[in-house]
Amino acid sequence: MSARDVILARVRAAVEGVPDVEIPRSYRGPEPATDGLVDLLADRVRDYKAVVHVVEEAGVAALVADSLAARGVRRLVVPEGFPETWLPSGGFERIGDEPRLSAADLDTADGILTTCAVAVAETGTIVLDAGEGQGRRALTLLPDYHLCVVRQDQIESGVPGAVARLDPARPLTWISGPSATSDIELNRVEGVHGPRTLEVVVVTSG
Amino acid sequence: MSRTFLGMPGTVSMMGYSGKETFPENAAKAVRNSQLRFNLRKATGTIRGRRASVVGELPDWPDLRQAGKAIKDHTLRNLDTYLVRLEEAVTKAGGHVHWARDAAEANRIVTDLVKATGETQVVKVKSMATQEIGLNEALHAEGITAYETDLAELIVQLGDDWPSHILVPAIHRNRSEIREIFVRHMSEWGRPAPERLTDEPAALAEAARLHLRERFLATKVAISGANFMVAETGTLVVLESEGNGRMCLTLPETLISVVGIEKLVPTWRDLEVFLQLLPRSSTGERMNPYTSMWTGATEGQEFHLVLLDNGRTGVLADDLGRQALRCIRCSACLNVCPVYERSGGHAYGSVYPGPIGAILTPQLRGMGSELDRSLPYASSLCGACYEVCPVAIDIPSVLIELRGRSRHPVAERAGMAAAGWVFKRQGRLARAQRMGGRMRRLVPKRLPGPLGGWTDTRDLPAIPKESFRDWWNRTDGGAR
Ligand code: SF4
Repeated sequence: MSARDVILARVRAAVEGVPDVEIPRSYRGPEPATDGLVDLLADRVRDYKAVVHVVEEAGVAALVADSLAARGVRRLVVPEGFPETWLPSGGFERIGDEPRLSAADLDTADGILTTCAVAVAETGTIVLDAGEGQGRRALTLLPDYHLCVVRQDQIESGVPGAVARLDPARPLTWISGPSATSDIELNRVEGVHGPRTLEVVVVTSG
Repeated sequence: MSRTFLGMPGTVSMMGYSGKETFPENAAKAVRNSQLRFNLRKATGTIRGRRASVVGELPDWPDLRQAGKAIKDHTLRNLDTYLVRLEEAVTKAGGHVHWARDAAEANRIVTDLVKATGETQVVKVKSMATQEIGLNEALHAEGITAYETDLAELIVQLGDDWPSHILVPAIHRNRSEIREIFVRHMSEWGRPAPERLTDEPAALAEAARLHLRERFLATKVAISGANFMVAETGTLVVLESEGNGRMCLTLPETLISVVGIEKLVPTWRDLEVFLQLLPRSSTGERMNPYTSMWTGATEGQEFHLVLLDNGRTGVLADDLGRQALRCIRCSACLNVCPVYERSGGHAYGSVYPGPIGAILTPQLRGMGSELDRSLPYASSLCGACYEVCPVAIDIPSVLIELRGRSRHPVAERAGMAAAGWVFKRQGRLARAQRMGGRMRRLVPKRLPGPLGGWTDTRDLPAIPKESFRDWWNRTDGGAR
């Protein structure tokens, strides 16, 4: 018998005659969006010591320009599909991922600018699915600064709403604040391996 | 109560101490180590507080807990079906699935996979399953070096040490010890520690960042575990904080994940429950910094999944004990355990410490050694672990059951004492002994069958006026 057959046979023998159980789903499921979600998301992301801005559509490019200048970001990775209207006209060197950047190249970039797929207000989370304007996973991992633009209609109140909207076939990265560790005497230190600075721009639908 | 084993239960193996010393002996040593005690007390106290506040935020926490418990029980009941479904989904998405009956088989599979790539170095993200099977040692014997990349695991590896906490494995080290370890040993493994390294946590984290960055960029094979596997879609899920997990999952050309068969959930939707239960119970955060989900071969990577039994089907066969397989390794039970707080993780002589370790280790490893026979006594049966467990594992009941199966009079007499459970004054001890009463109210005076082994040597105490939890909170664990 193969290892597979042995393990499956062991499992079947082990659970024989054991009654099955119903799964009660009385917890809160996906909830309709409310006006308060923008503020809740902003508060919760700030709790992780990330910087958050809330702006109207027309103000995004100027805000991005200010943020890049404030951080001294010169070499900025901009993934394919990032909306051109949200990009400042100059002031930085734009790096694309076509052809694919090597990990070493990425490591020398000052920052990465992305959109996201979904955000979760209650937990202060943004989720990337490697889609338009986000790029592959390494792009938001190696540069030390991540600036992420979230549209209001992408905000879900809780985790169930986000799970329902996401496609499991895509590589997903849930990001809640900057990289952190509490391994040294339980003091939280921002930034071990991922970006040490996370900045989020929430664009209101007006 | 007999366990139904198919195959070779004798070959189940787990890394750990030699098993010669019992829990009381190990614990007595730990209790004398005041650094460890101080760190543990600070750490567990902090996490307890955080957990309570973020759990309290969710109005539907009890519903999530019930759902989490039921999803796991349903999965375990139908584990064969879901394992096959998972295999299909992963394979369809371009991944390769391997099955390992025991530690030796898993180690051989992984070693062969690494050798096939021609590489002699691998990066690893913290995984209890690979620790359980002693993978690093097995790779080492074949000339392959495994580099741990989690900050705490790095501290443990550089210090040639054992993890002491599921979540914060280096909880037994303070900052000056960590600095010392970095300065002395980083150069043996790669990029040396920066000159004039201070013991500021931020400086130490920066040293780890620099030390590991080169390695992440250069290494072509990574080994991980997983927190969850979704049968329906073939998706694997890893929760982490630092980003070393993302590095390992994303950058290397080949990814090998070694995962216990109990980590399964049936559907994609089920994640909505566990992504709420786990971070809040674990680090006491609303969400951990990074969660990665991937399905099969992703972004051009070669992907192998090794499904590990290593005693789990034996635990599954046990009517009461199988609930231990619901465990999502959040470590909440460690953080509330008065015995753990005083004795530390090392005393349990296993990669699974604390209350969950006390029921899981003897079941996985059998009760052949003195140490494993003594583990079910490493508890005061206060019930705090059950209260915080996000999947409602009734640890005290399983402990009583295991005690009944394997009496260990020495551990029983000495257990609580050596575990630091001897509070300095008699009055405290008397009180401590009454704690189990809350639990034992539920059972008859003398337990039937093999359980008599436990009750025979105990006077069932009167029900205390004040519950243990109340007492613990009021007196800060007897400190006041
Ligand atoms: S037994 Fe429960 S509380 Fe303890 S680690 Fe497992 S899931 Fe968490």
